[in-house]
Amino acid sequence: MIVAESTVGAFLESAVRTATPLALAALGETLVERAGVINLGLEGVILAGALGALAGAGAGGVWIGFASGAAAGVVVAAIFALFVVVLRADQIITGTAITLLALGTTGTLYRALYGTTGAALGIPTSPSLPLPILARLPWLGGALFDQPPITYLTYALIPMLWYWTYHTHGGLALRAVGENPAAAEAAGISSRAVRTGALLVGGALGGLAGATLVVAQAGTFVEGMSAGRGFVAIAIVVLGRWHVLGVAVAALLFGGASALQFLAQALGLAVPYQLFLALPHVLTLIALAGVAGRVRAPAALGRGDATAADR
Amino acid sequence: MNDGQSSSTRVAPWRAEPTAGSLLRRAIPWISLAGIVVGGAAVLRLAGFDVARAGGALWSSAFGSWYALTSATLVRATPLVLTGLAVAIAFRAGVWNIGAEGQLLAGATAAAAVGLYWGPALGHAAPILELLAGAIAGAAWAWVPAVLRARFHVLEVISTIMMNFVAANGVGYLVRGPLQEPLHIYPQSPALSDVAQLPHVLPASRLHVGFPLAVIACMAAWWVTRYTAVGFRARTVGANPDAAAVAGEIDVVRTTTRVFIASGALAGLAGAIELTGVTLALYENLSPGYGYTAIAVALLARLDALGVIVAGILFGALEAGATGMQRDAGVPAVAANVVEALVILLLLATTALRPRASTAIADTSPAPTATDADA
Repeated sequence: MIVAESTVGAFLESAVRTATPLALAALGETLVERAGVINLGLEGVILAGALGALAGAGAGGVWIGFASGAAAGVVVAAIFALFVVVLRADQIITGTAITLLALGTTGTLYRALYGTTGAALGIPTSPSLPLPILARLPWLGGALFDQPPITYLTYALIPMLWYWTYHTHGGLALRAVGENPAAAEAAGISSRAVRTGALLVGGALGGLAGATLVVAQAGTFVEGMSAGRGFVAIAIVVLGRWHVLGVAVAALLFGGASALQFLAQALGLAVPYQLFLALPHVLTLIALAGVAGRVRAPAALGRGDATAADR
Repeated sequence: MNDGQSSSTRVAPWRAEPTAGSLLRRAIPWISLAGIVVGGAAVLRLAGFDVARAGGALWSSAFGSWYALTSATLVRATPLVLTGLAVAIAFRAGVWNIGAEGQLLAGATAAAAVGLYWGPALGHAAPILELLAGAIAGAAWAWVPAVLRARFHVLEVISTIMMNFVAANGVGYLVRGPLQEPLHIYPQSPALSDVAQLPHVLPASRLHVGFPLAVIACMAAWWVTRYTAVGFRARTVGANPDAAAVAGEIDVVRTTTRVFIASGALAGLAGAIELTGVTLALYENLSPGYGYTAIAVALLARLDALGVIVAGILFGALEAGATGMQRDAGVPAVAANVVEALVILLLLATTALRPRASTAIADTSPAPTATDADA
C-alpha cells in the first residue's frame, strides 16, 4: 500500500480497497437475487474462494490464484444450486448449511494441507498497480487508480453487468424469472436454467471476492477469514435496491463505513468504530422499511419454485 | 392476493408431522447422522489425521466421565437447546428467524447490564431479573424484524441478518465503552459478582440451573404447541397461511408476529443464561455461532420441541468433543460444523426427494396449487 498524500486520500483508498471484495460478492448476489434466489451460502462461497486462491496462488502465481478462487466459488455455488434448483430444497436452510459446510471444510482442509501451525505461507500477492496519469489526479486519483488489478476488473464489471441486466435478452430473462417464474416459463424461459446460471456466475464472483481477500489483501488464509462479508454483501444488495449501479454505490458505502475507523484514528477522534460498522446495517433496515424511498425485492425472491410464484 | 398477507408468509416445509409417521421416517435423521460420522472418520483418515485418537478424544471429552458429561456436554447443550427451540417454534409457524445469534447477544448484554449495575443490590433475586431482562431484550431484538415483516413485508431473512450485525457491533462497542472492565485494558466487561451468577445444580460440576430451565422451556413449548389454541394457530399458520386465514379465520400477521417475538425471547434467554452461568462477563465472541447451529438442532429435531432437547444435547456433545479432538488429535474443532452441515443437507435431500413424485404433475403446470411443503 502506497502512502497517500492526505488523510482523505488514505481514507478513500482504504474505502475502495475494503469495498472491492464486497462489491464483487454483492454484484454476483444481485444477479442471483434478481433470478429470485437468495444465497445465504455466499459466506461459504467466499471462504471456499479464499482457500482455493491460496492453493492456486501457491502453485501457479497470482492469476492462477484468482482463477482457482473463482472455481472454488463455482463448486460451492453448484452444491447450493443442486439442492435449491434441482431438489427444490428450502433456500434459507440450504444456504445456512452451505455456509457451515464451507466454514468446517476450509478450516479442516487448511489444517490438513498446511499443518497444525498454520504458519504464514509465502504466496505471491497482487500489489497495487498505479494507472498512468489517472493515479496522479488530485483527491480521487490515488484512491481509485492506485489499486490492485482486481479492483479495476470490478470497475469494468459494473457497467458490463448493468448493460447485460437491462439491455439484453439474457438480462430480461433473468429479471422475468425473479419477478414471475410462471410467466417466464410460459414465455419459453427455463427458470431452472436461468437460476442455475445466475448462481454459478454469482459463485464465480463470490469466489473472486474470497481470492481478493487472500491474494490482494491478507497474503494468507485464516480460518473463517470471510468474517461475515457474505452476509454484508446480502445487505449491500438490499441497500442497492437490487440494481447493479445501486449495489456498486452501496458497496462503496459499506467499505467507507469500515474505513472510517482509520480516518477517526488518523484525526485522533475517540469515536467508537463499531458504531460506524453498524450504521450501514441500520441504514439498510430503514431503507427496507421504505422510509428512504420505495424499495421492493424481486417478487419471487426466496420462493421455492415456479408454481409458488403467484401466491 | 388477500391484502398482501400471503406474500410475506411462507409455508414451513420442515414441520414435524403430528400424526406419528412411520418409524423409519423418524429414524432417517439419526441414520443420516450415523452415516455422516462414519463417512467423516473416513475423510479425516484420508486427510492424514489419527482417527482412533480423534474419536477417543471426542468420546472422552463429551461422555467419558461424569464431569465431561455434565460440565462440558450439558453446559454446551444449554444454549443450543434454547436457541434450537427458538428456531423450531419460529420455523414451524413459517417465520424464518435466522437472527437467533443477534437475539442471544441482546439477551446476554441485558443480563450483563442488570447484573453489573444492580446485581449486588438485588441479592438473591439478581439471577431471576437478569434472565428476565435477557428474555425481554431478545424479544425486543426480534420485535424489529417482526414489525418490519408485519407492516412493510420485509423478508425477515434479510432483516434478521442485519440485526445480527447490529448486535455484534453493539456488543463490540459496549465492551470497549460503557461496560468495559475498570482497567480499560481488555475488551470485555468486569465479571459478575457471586450473587449475580446462576447457581449450580450439582456439586463439583459446572452445570448450572440453565440446563433444567432449557428442558422445562422445551416441555412447556411442546405442551403449548399441542394442547392450546395459541399453539394450534401457530401450527396452522405455518402449515398453510392462506387456509389459516380463510378457513380458520386466524389473524396470520398477529400470530406470526407473536411467535417471532416469543422466538426472540427464548434466544435472549439463552444469551442471559450463557452469560450468567458460563462466561460471567460480556465479550465479543461470547457465542461461537449458537444462533446458526440452532438451525441444525431444530431441523434434526424435525421442529419438534421435545426433539430439540435430544438434538441439542447431541450437538452439545459434538461441540464439546470437537474441542477435545482439537486439543488431543489436532483435528480442527470446526470439523464439527461439517457434521452439522451434512446433517442438514442430508435431511434436505431425503425429504426433498420424497414428495417429488406427487408434485411431478404440478411441476409442469403453472397452476398455483402445489407448494414446496411436503404433503
